[in-house]
Amino acid sequence: MKVNDLILKTATNVVSFIIITFSIYLFFTGHYTPGGGFIGGLMTSGGLLLLLLAYDLETVQSIIPFDFKKVIATGLLLALGTGIGGLFFDKPFLTHTYGYFDLPFFGEDTALATATLFDLGVYLVVVGITMTIIQTIGESE
Amino acid sequence: MSLLHLLVLSPFLFAILVPFLYRYVRKVHTGWFVLILPLALFIYFLQFIKLTSSGEEVVRTFEWIPSLDINFTLHVDGLGLLFALLITGIGSLVTLYSIYYLSKDKEALHNFYVYLLLFMGAMLGVVLSDNLIVLYTFWEITSLSSFLLIGYWYKREKSRYGAQKSMLITVFGGLALLGGIILLYMMTGTFSIREIIANLDLLKGEALLLPALILVLLGAFTKSAQFPFHIWLPDAMEAPTPVSAYLHSATMVKAGIYLVARLSPVFSDHAAWFILISIFGISTLFWGSFSAVKQTDLKGILAFSTVSQLGMIMSLLGVGSASLHYDYLENNIFIVAVTAAIFHLINHATFKGSLFMVAGIVDHETGTRDIRKLGGLMGIMPVTFTIALIGSFSMAGIPPFNGFLSKEMFLTGMVNVLKMDIYHLETWGILLPVIAWVASVFTFVYSMILFFRTFTGKLQLEKLEKKPHEAPVGMLISPVILASLAVIFGFFPNILSSTLIIPAMKSILPTIAQSGREFDVEIKHWHGFTPELFMTIGIIVIGTILFLTVRKWSFIYERFPQKLALNHFYDQGLVGTERGSAWIMKSFMSGHIRDYLVYIFVFLSIISLSSLFVTNAFHLDVTNVAPIGVYEIILSLLAVGGAIITVLARTRMVAIIAAGVVGYTISLFFVIFRAPDLALTQLVVETISVALFLLCFFHLPEITKKQKRLRFRLLNLLVSIGVGFVVTMFGIASHSEKLFPSISKYFVEESYEKAGGKNIVNVILVDFRGFDTLFEITVLGIAAFGIFAIVKLRLTKRSEREHEGK
Repeated sequence: MKVNDLILKTATNVVSFIIITFSIYLFFTGHYTPGGGFIGGLMTSGGLLLLLLAYDLETVQSIIPFDFKKVIATGLLLALGTGIGGLFFDKPFLTHTYGYFDLPFFGEDTALATATLFDLGVYLVVVGITMTIIQTIGESE
Repeated sequence: MSLLHLLVLSPFLFAILVPFLYRYVRKVHTGWFVLILPLALFIYFLQFIKLTSSGEEVVRTFEWIPSLDINFTLHVDGLGLLFALLITGIGSLVTLYSIYYLSKDKEALHNFYVYLLLFMGAMLGVVLSDNLIVLYTFWEITSLSSFLLIGYWYKREKSRYGAQKSMLITVFGGLALLGGIILLYMMTGTFSIREIIANLDLLKGEALLLPALILVLLGAFTKSAQFPFHIWLPDAMEAPTPVSAYLHSATMVKAGIYLVARLSPVFSDHAAWFILISIFGISTLFWGSFSAVKQTDLKGILAFSTVSQLGMIMSLLGVGSASLHYDYLENNIFIVAVTAAIFHLINHATFKGSLFMVAGIVDHETGTRDIRKLGGLMGIMPVTFTIALIGSFSMAGIPPFNGFLSKEMFLTGMVNVLKMDIYHLETWGILLPVIAWVASVFTFVYSMILFFRTFTGKLQLEKLEKKPHEAPVGMLISPVILASLAVIFGFFPNILSSTLIIPAMKSILPTIAQSGREFDVEIKHWHGFTPELFMTIGIIVIGTILFLTVRKWSFIYERFPQKLALNHFYDQGLVGTERGSAWIMKSFMSGHIRDYLVYIFVFLSIISLSSLFVTNAFHLDVTNVAPIGVYEIILSLLAVGGAIITVLARTRMVAIIAAGVVGYTISLFFVIFRAPDLALTQLVVETISVALFLLCFFHLPEITKKQKRLRFRLLNLLVSIGVGFVVTMFGIASHSEKLFPSISKYFVEESYEKAGGKNIVNVILVDFRGFDTLFEITVLGIAAFGIFAIVKLRLTKRSEREHEGK
């Protein structure tokens, strides 16, 4: 039986972008309001999951041509790298720093923290693992 | 490291060379190379006689583990030298004999000589070590190398059985000995035997002395094949005959004797030492000689005879230890027992070694050792016959051979027991000479059986596997030397007394030696008309009668119930232990994870609860408890309802959904307890895990897909109630008992100042305690790769299987 899921696909096209945008919002505000790498990552993979449900694995794979296992590795390296970065400044492992900068686009007094880079690592790992698990199980039959 | 150390270790070093010699010098029998070493050592040790007979000792120390008081200290005194000479002397003879006994082409000679050299070095180490731990180390090497030698023909079932049996029994004793050594160390603070003997006061009145004594004796008794541990020795006769001659007559079985002699200054104050050694020695003597009569195998007779003779030496040492209690006696009559023990030790090594070699020759030249098939070899093997005559007559205690002298002294020692007035010996002491006499009669009988059944009577050529002829000269050299020693020591026993016996006695009885009294060791053939002489005459007369009528009374051996035999107990014990442990393992290692969880939870509950109440840690304090609002009540009811439905659900689907309800309720709890990050995370994680549950549910195989209701089990209910109870108790108790203020204040105050963030949870996760997070995401990564690997690898396996199927 062939199902015409036009409504689902159309809604997905809109909604998944909203979800992903929201997840990026959650990720960036993590240092000040609830959110952060973990929940942002989960939310992003939720958006991708919606795409998977509306389309099929191959389609999503062609839209987002990532090997999510490499995403996990990238995330872990990023988190580890921010930790190691502290060592270059004669500080203990995983020492974070932050500062306020005037940036052209983001406005004055923008807070930039190395902890965010660490959080980005967390984000990438979480996206990577959820997508790896779901893709693996989905492909397995 | 002195020369002495190198020489004691030289057999080990030489053993390394043996395989190369065997491999590259195929034309020469490897034994010829090996022979050099014990011969050289024997000559080297002979030099010490001059030193020890003047009462001096040689001590050489090589530091091994000084921080633990374990040093490789060698100590050459009379006793050690006596044994060292026995080991190297008989070692040379046995090596010479084995060159002719073992075929160059058929046997794995490199194995044989490596094991033999290991054994020789270990024995030298045992008898010359002053440090008890080093002694124990060598002791275990003797067990190990003797195991290897008994199992030399490892393709035979019986060899492996005998090797295993001897290993189990001697290692059991060895470990007991180690226990005794450690107890001694705890009491005296030193491992050195000389220091322990010098500080005997430390042992006075120690409660650990008796356990140490018993453990040391266990070690000595198992090694020296004392009743009831003698059962390994007859089975060890599966070894090649040179091994039997060396290990099981002259050296290893005397390691226990050595230990008793060496440590008797330490323990002989204790009544248990005298009683245990005398009783076990005399019962071994009797049982060994009694059992030897029924044997039909030449080596079987010799094995039981060895057991019996070892019991005799042991009982003499036991009686001799009484000499310390009679210090005041002008002419200490118990010293004669120690003299007899040492003298018989030497004699036994000579005649038993030669008899074993005779048995080997008979076996080698006729193809059998069964005395029922043998007979009439006297004319065919005149030299062997002569050696056997000397050996067995000496063993029986017939003059003029050396066995007669030591047997006389043995009887003297036993009769002297009657003069003791300690340990209630005036009542039961009479048993010792009586049993000794009866055992000597049996000794006479089996010696005669051994000799006459083999060499006289009718020649049964049709039963023999080979046509018998005299052994080659090389094979006869060693037994001839030993037999002539038996004769020489018989005629001139006093050449031993000042050279070997007195120095050895000084080591066994140091307190008497220190008192300045000289040992008067004059071994004479003719003592006058003493009770011992009449006892010997009685032995010969009764023994001859018994030997001639042996067929008429040997039925008593068949009467002896097989079920009471010690071997039966050993075999059944071994089987029973295996079955018992298998049964125990099976009874609780069911293979069901459910059962293991029950064990874990039951132990968790019992241990936690009892510790809670034993330490009186439980108490209820409600002062810090926040007021309970209506939302909490509603959510709690929801969560409890979800949990109950999960447990009681009839179908899996209901259980999954109910578990989801619990999960979402918890995220609501996080909301009302003001944990937005947790609530968000819990919500998404719960969704994903429910989705995964559904996935598993969907993929359950068809066959077992029974929508069965969870079966009710009372035990599970009780265990789960118990665990819930324990966790609740601990929750309440730990909440009521807040010992320190929380550290959360620091995070609240410093998170913006120090880390530039306002979301404290996130700041803690990525900044204050980012280290944890780093490894949590690593865990997640591992989980993802794990799932990937499981799923993908299974797929490739399946495709392989399909490929093979086609």
